Amino acid sequence: MADLPFEQPIAELSARVRDLRALAEGDPKYAAELRRLEDKVARLSRELYQDLTPWQRVQLSRHPRRPFFSDYLPLMFDDFLELHGDRTFGDDAAIIAGFARYPKGPRGRSVLVIGQEKGRGTKEAVKRNWGMANPEGYRKARRLMELAGRFKKPVITFIDTKGAYPGLGAEERGQSEAIGQCLLAMSRLPVPVIACIVGEGGSGGALALGVANRVLALEHTWYSVISPEACASILWKDGSLGERAAAVLKPTAQMALELGAVDQVVDEPPGGAHHDVEGAARRLDSALREALASLEGLSEEELIEDRYRRFRRLGAIHA
Amino acid sequence: MRPETDASEKRSVVKGVFRKCDGCGETLLADALARNSEVCPTCGQHHRLSGDGWRRLLLDDGLLTEWDSHLEPGDPLAFSDGRAYRDRVGIAQRNTGAKEAIEIGRAKIEEIDVAYGAFLFAFMGGSMGSVVGEKICRLFERAVTDSLPAVLLQASGGARMQEGVLSLMQMAKTVAALGRLRDAGLPFISVCLHPTTGGVAASFALLGDVNMAEPKALVGFAGPRVIESTIRQKLPEGFQRAEFLLQHGMIDRVVSRLEMRREIALILRHLR
Repeated sequence: MADLPFEQPIAELSARVRDLRALAEGDPKYAAELRRLEDKVARLSRELYQDLTPWQRVQLSRHPRRPFFSDYLPLMFDDFLELHGDRTFGDDAAIIAGFARYPKGPRGRSVLVIGQEKGRGTKEAVKRNWGMANPEGYRKARRLMELAGRFKKPVITFIDTKGAYPGLGAEERGQSEAIGQCLLAMSRLPVPVIACIVGEGGSGGALALGVANRVLALEHTWYSVISPEACASILWKDGSLGERAAAVLKPTAQMALELGAVDQVVDEPPGGAHHDVEGAARRLDSALREALASLEGLSEEELIEDRYRRFRRLGAIHA
Repeated sequence: MRPETDASEKRSVVKGVFRKCDGCGETLLADALARNSEVCPTCGQHHRLSGDGWRRLLLDDGLLTEWDSHLEPGDPLAFSDGRAYRDRVGIAQRNTGAKEAIEIGRAKIEEIDVAYGAFLFAFMGGSMGSVVGEKICRLFERAVTDSLPAVLLQASGGARMQEGVLSLMQMAKTVAALGRLRDAGLPFISVCLHPTTGGVAASFALLGDVNMAEPKALVGFAGPRVIESTIRQKLPEGFQRAEFLLQHGMIDRVVSRLEMRREIALILRHLR
């Protein structure tokens, strides 16, 4: 079963391959046909996923079976201990944070890992507010990042949010200030900071965990100033024109790479991360190790300066 | 055709002499309103004031030694929504006489030297793209180099959509530069005008050492329409207005425009 319309042809072919494989068992006369079909599936998916439109990538980033931060966490980290609360108002389940050992295995060292979590299934999604944090979430993130800074632990963030929550309480409790403070705190951390965009990178709510020395993005993700739907509702007063807006907004990880907002796009397994969660985690893990290794040996001042320079040069300006 | 032309000319003459207050609806002499910095003498309603008006109101002799006024935006996405971004920028430049949505420079407020910046809302809603972000960075960086306090007036719908992810990056870039101002022990006075929302609110605007806002200015993260459609209910009267922010502890003072110069100077003297 395909979840997205453009995945349909591949899903149908894959189903035929499965049927044929069952039939072909012990019957050599089907073997050639099976090989032909398997090749076709591989070729089709290669072509399809190489040439996705911006809208299709946005759809993949929101795929109902797409892995979340909580799926990567046990595959990439050991000894995770979650820590809660912003010490002011509450604990926001849209952001999960705690210390863990990275990488897995005997060479792991303590790091702070923070990520946005959308929650699978209605009950879990409600609890986590579909990954849209309130000010408490950003204040928790800031508190723990500053803690990591004091204890010299690297910070690794996972970004996956449509955006910060645009609610009544969020405004009353200072959503703007909470995000601004998060940006400021991150820009001054005296430790290596790596951000991984694993799903949606929606606007300021995503950037609040994104002021890093290196920003990695999985292949089928988006990162931009506004979601295609919100962009459409501003441009044409119609939020259903997301596809058209995506074509002009070009919010893909690939475009963010071209413009320098992302440092590396990490390939996903064929068909996307939801086809092989462990494979996706393995690829992200190896990119993350490399990114951390590239910062080794930098002093605290150099780490802050490296981050400052990274963002300072971003922009399109005619002087 | 002729009578119509006459009528429209007549209307525009009348409109030039009189203006209706947005607050109390009173018909006012346009000159009197302009002389009062666009503040209604009857009800105190604050109407939008131009960049020039702000300079004359706040700065000694109305003088700003501008920095980097030549910077113009690129078009990283070749953005077009039916009309090309380049054209929109061109139109905004012709209509405002400015190259971008902010002016920065060195000035004096009651004889105190400051690094001064003011968003120009008339230029594409004061939206922050690469140039606005760059100029705010330079404002904070020059303030550090020249050892000046920074005073920044915001009036902005937020980050500029047409430059995509690069507009988003300006939020991180500007706030990082603000961090350097803090390290240098120099004050940042943030003044939120109507409106201050989105990516401008969620970066430096509420991180002032002192945050001020004009009466009734809308200051918030999400626009009221977005919130209403999220929570599916009407927002209470006064929601996200300056007085609401004061009540919720997000700003230090709601300041009438007519007191702004005095209050900025006063706090700068305290923090000196």
